[in-house]
Amino acid sequence: MIRTAIVRGLLFGAVGLHLAVVGVLLMLHQRWIIIDTISLGQAVLVLLAIGAGVMAAPTNAPEAPPARLLFGLIAGAAASLPLAALMVAMDLVRLQAVFIALSHDLFEMLSFDLGDFLGVLALIGGGAVGGLAGAVLQHTPPGIRRAVIAGAAAVVVAGVFQELIQLMLQFEGLIGDIRDFFYTWEGLSPQGAAVVFAITAIVSQVRSAASRRNQAALTDQQRQRQRMIRALLCLAGLAVLPALAGSYIGQVLMLVGLFILMGMCLNLDVGLAGLLDLGFVAFFAVGAYATALLTADNPHALLHLSYWAAMPIAVLLSICMGVIFGIPVLGVRGDYLAVATMGLGEIVRVIVLSDFASPLLGGAQGLLQIPKPALGGFTLGSPVSLFYLTLVASGVAAFVAWRLENSRLGRAWMALRDDEDVAQALGINLIRSKLMAYGLGAAFAGLAGSIFAVMLGSVYPSSFQLLISINVLALIIVGGMGSLPGVALGSIALIGLPELLREFGEYRYLFYGAVLIIMMRLRPEGLWPSEARRRELHGSDESLALDAGSDLLPAQRT
Amino acid sequence: MSASSPAVALPSAPWLKALKRLNAVDIVLWALRIAVLLVIVAGTIGCVVKGRYTAAQWVDFVVFGLTIGSIYAQIALGYTMVYGVLRLINFAHGDFVMTGAFAGYFIAVPLDQSGFLQRQPVLAMAAILVVAIATSTSVALLTERIAYRPFRRVTGLAPLICAIGVSFFLQQTFRGMFGSAVKSYPEPQWQRAAFNVFGFNVPRIDVILIALALLFMLALYLIVHRTRMGTAMRAVAEDAEAAALMGIDVNKVIVFTFILGGAMAGIAGVFYAFLYKQVYFFMGFTPGIKAFGAAVLGGIGSIPGAMLGGFFLGLVESVGPALFLDGIGITAPYQLRDLIAFTLLIMVLIFRPHGLLGERLSKKRA
Repeated sequence: MIRTAIVRGLLFGAVGLHLAVVGVLLMLHQRWIIIDTISLGQAVLVLLAIGAGVMAAPTNAPEAPPARLLFGLIAGAAASLPLAALMVAMDLVRLQAVFIALSHDLFEMLSFDLGDFLGVLALIGGGAVGGLAGAVLQHTPPGIRRAVIAGAAAVVVAGVFQELIQLMLQFEGLIGDIRDFFYTWEGLSPQGAAVVFAITAIVSQVRSAASRRNQAALTDQQRQRQRMIRALLCLAGLAVLPALAGSYIGQVLMLVGLFILMGMCLNLDVGLAGLLDLGFVAFFAVGAYATALLTADNPHALLHLSYWAAMPIAVLLSICMGVIFGIPVLGVRGDYLAVATMGLGEIVRVIVLSDFASPLLGGAQGLLQIPKPALGGFTLGSPVSLFYLTLVASGVAAFVAWRLENSRLGRAWMALRDDEDVAQALGINLIRSKLMAYGLGAAFAGLAGSIFAVMLGSVYPSSFQLLISINVLALIIVGGMGSLPGVALGSIALIGLPELLREFGEYRYLFYGAVLIIMMRLRPEGLWPSEARRRELHGSDESLALDAGSDLLPAQRT
Repeated sequence: MSASSPAVALPSAPWLKALKRLNAVDIVLWALRIAVLLVIVAGTIGCVVKGRYTAAQWVDFVVFGLTIGSIYAQIALGYTMVYGVLRLINFAHGDFVMTGAFAGYFIAVPLDQSGFLQRQPVLAMAAILVVAIATSTSVALLTERIAYRPFRRVTGLAPLICAIGVSFFLQQTFRGMFGSAVKSYPEPQWQRAAFNVFGFNVPRIDVILIALALLFMLALYLIVHRTRMGTAMRAVAEDAEAAALMGIDVNKVIVFTFILGGAMAGIAGVFYAFLYKQVYFFMGFTPGIKAFGAAVLGGIGSIPGAMLGGFFLGLVESVGPALFLDGIGITAPYQLRDLIAFTLLIMVLIFRPHGLLGERLSKKRA
C-alpha cells in the first residue's frame, strides 16, 4: 500500500511538474486569492497535495485509519517531490535557456522565498501536510466534508473573480463599506475570506439538511417542474446580467452566446447524427464572408444591403455550402469523415488566404468596415445589444434543435449515429438525413458567422482556423453531446472562463486538449448529459469498458 | 431505385442499367472526378504550351518532391502501423514529429555553435537523430499509455476525440515550454553545396535526406518482415484476437508499434526541420494530416503502401502547382500547394478509401 501511495503521489506531482514547466503555475501565481496569503498558483499546489492524499487513503483500504492517514502524508510528500527535484535542477543548471517558463520568479514561488535548502524542505513539508489534510478530509463525516469543500470553493471563486465582483460593487456608502471589508485592491482580505468561508459552510449545511427533508416528499413531476423553474431562472439571469454588469461582461457573454450557437449546430452533426465534422469552421467562414461582401463599406463589397437582408442570404449560402460539402463525403464514415471534413475546412482557408482569391475576398488583409446592424433607427453597436442578438439567435437555434430531437428526422439521425447499416436496412434515407444534418448544421454556423462578422466589424482569414472547430467540439463534449443545456454549460466553462481570467487565454488550448482527454476517459457523456445519452452510456455496461486496462485486446471495428 | 421496375421493356445493355441506377449523388461525384481530371489535363496542356519553366526548374521540383515525399513516407509509416494494430487514427502522430524536431533543435544549436556539426557531420547528425528518436518515442509511449490504452475496446468517436485532445495538448505543452516563436534550424556549410547530376544542380541536403530516409525505411521494413516481433505485429494487424489466442502478447506488440512509429516520427521531424530550416509548435499538424492522406492512398495498414503514398504525395504537391495550376492561369500557384495535397487527401478518402495496396483491410471495413 505504501507503494501505491507513493505512485499516486508521484502522478499528482507529475501534473504539478507539467504545470510548472509549461508556465501555467507561475501565471496562476500572479492572481491572489487571499491577499498576501495564498495565490491561485499556490492553491493549485495545495490542491494537488490534497488530491494525492485523498487518492492514497481510500476509506475502504484494509489498513486501520491511522495508517491511512500516514499514506496520505506520504502521498502528499511524494506529490511535491517532482517539483522539489525541479527546484534542485534549477539551482544547479540555468534551465531557462531552454525552458522559457523556468524563471527565477518560479523558483521564488516554489521556495516560498526561503532560499534553496529551506525552500525545498518547505515544499516537501507543505506537500506532506496537504496530503495529510486530504486523508483527514477523506475520513471526516460527509456533512462536514461537504461544508468544508463548499466553503473553500466559495473562497476561491470570490478571490479569483474579485475583479468582476468589485466592478459590480462600485458604489459608495454601505455597499462600498462591505466591499472594503471583503476586498482589498487585488484580492480577498483575510477577514473577508474567513467570513465567506464561514457563511458558505453554514449555508451548505443548512441547505443540505433542508433539501434532504424536502426531496423525499417530492414526486417526480414536482421535481421536474422544479428543475424547469431553475433553468428558466438561470436563463432570465443570463438575459438581465449584461445589462447590469456593463460592457465588459457583455462582451464576454456575447462570445459565449456565439459559441452556444455554434455548439448547437455542431451538436446536430456530432451529437445527434454522429457525423464528426471538423471542417465546420468553413460554414462559419462562409456566413461571415457573405455578410461582409453584402454589407461592407469597402471596395470589395458586391452589394450594400442592410444586415437584415444580408443575414438570410448568408445563411442560405452556408446551407448550400453544407450540402455541397456534404454530398461528396456521404459515403465516408467515422474517423475518415473527420479527416476528410478537416481537409475541406483547410482547403477553404487556403483558398481565402491565397492571392488567387484575394481580388474577391481581400486575402490576408481581410474585409473591413462592416456596418453594425440597425433596428428601426437604433444601432446594435454595443456588445450588450449584440449579445441580445446572439441570445435571440441561440434561442431560435435551440428551439429548432429541441423540436428536431424528437422528430422523425431526429430519430433517424440517432439511428444513423448508432449503426448506419441497420438504419439503412430499416428504411431510413441515408442521403436525405445526412444532407439535412449537414445543411442545418451549416445554417446555424452561417448565422453565427454572420453575427461574428458584424461583431468584429471585419473578417480575416486567420479567424477561421481549425482551432474554432476544436473549440466548439470541446465545448459540446464538456457539456454533453446531444444535450442543449450542456452546450450552454460547456460554452460558459470553456469560452466564458478563459475570457474572464484574461491571463489564462494563452493556455486555453492546452486546457482544451486536457479537457478532451479527461472527459473522454472519465465522463464521456459530458457534465450535463441528455437523458437518452445517460441511459445509453450507463444502461448497458458491456458496450463500454471505460476503466483503464480492463482488457488488452484492441477494438475490432467491423 | 427505378431499376427495380421490371415492367419497362428496354434493351438491357449493361451500361443502360448502370445509367438507370445513377442518382444525384453519383452525378455529383462523377462531376467532381471529371472536374479534377479537367483541371489536370487543361493545366498540363496549358503549361506545356506556355513553356514557362526550364528543365532545371522541373528537376528542382521533382527533387524537392522526392525529398518531402520521403519525409511524408516516414510519417505515413507511423499512421499505417498504428492503424494496423489498433484501428485508430493516431491524430497526434504529426505532433510526435514536432517533438522530435524540437528535441533535435536543442542538440543541433549547441553543436552548430561549437562547430562540431560542421566538422563531424556524421557524428553530429547521429547525435541529433538519437535525441530526437528518444524524445518522440517516449512521447509516443506516454501517449499510448495515458490516452489510448483505456480506449482499446471502445468503438465510436471517443478514441478519435481523445486523440485530437492529445494532439492539442502536445502542441500547447511545447508552446508553453519553448515559446511560440519560430526558431530557425542551423544550416551547416556541408548542407548548402549542390551535386551536379547530368548538368543539373541537385542540392546536397536533398540527396542526403532521401538516402537516409530510404535507409531507415529499409531498416523498418526488415524489422517488420524479418524479426519475430515484426511477425507478431503483422499477426495482430491481421486479427488481434486470433493472434492473442496464438500466444502473442498483444499489449507488447502495441507498445512495440508505438516505439517504431515514434522513432520514424522523430527522424522525420529532424529531416523536415532541416529541409524547411525552422521549428515551431504547430509544425507537425500539416505534414501529419498530409501523411495520413499518403497512408490512406497507399492503403492503410500496408507498409510499402505508406512509402509509395508518401513519395507520390510529395511529387504531386511539388510538381502540381506549376504543372496543373499555373497552366490554367492561376496567380501565385505556390500558395495553393496545400490545396493540392488536401484535395488529393479528400479524393482518396471519398473514392478509394482502401487505397492502392490495402485491399485486405478495406474488406474488413466495408
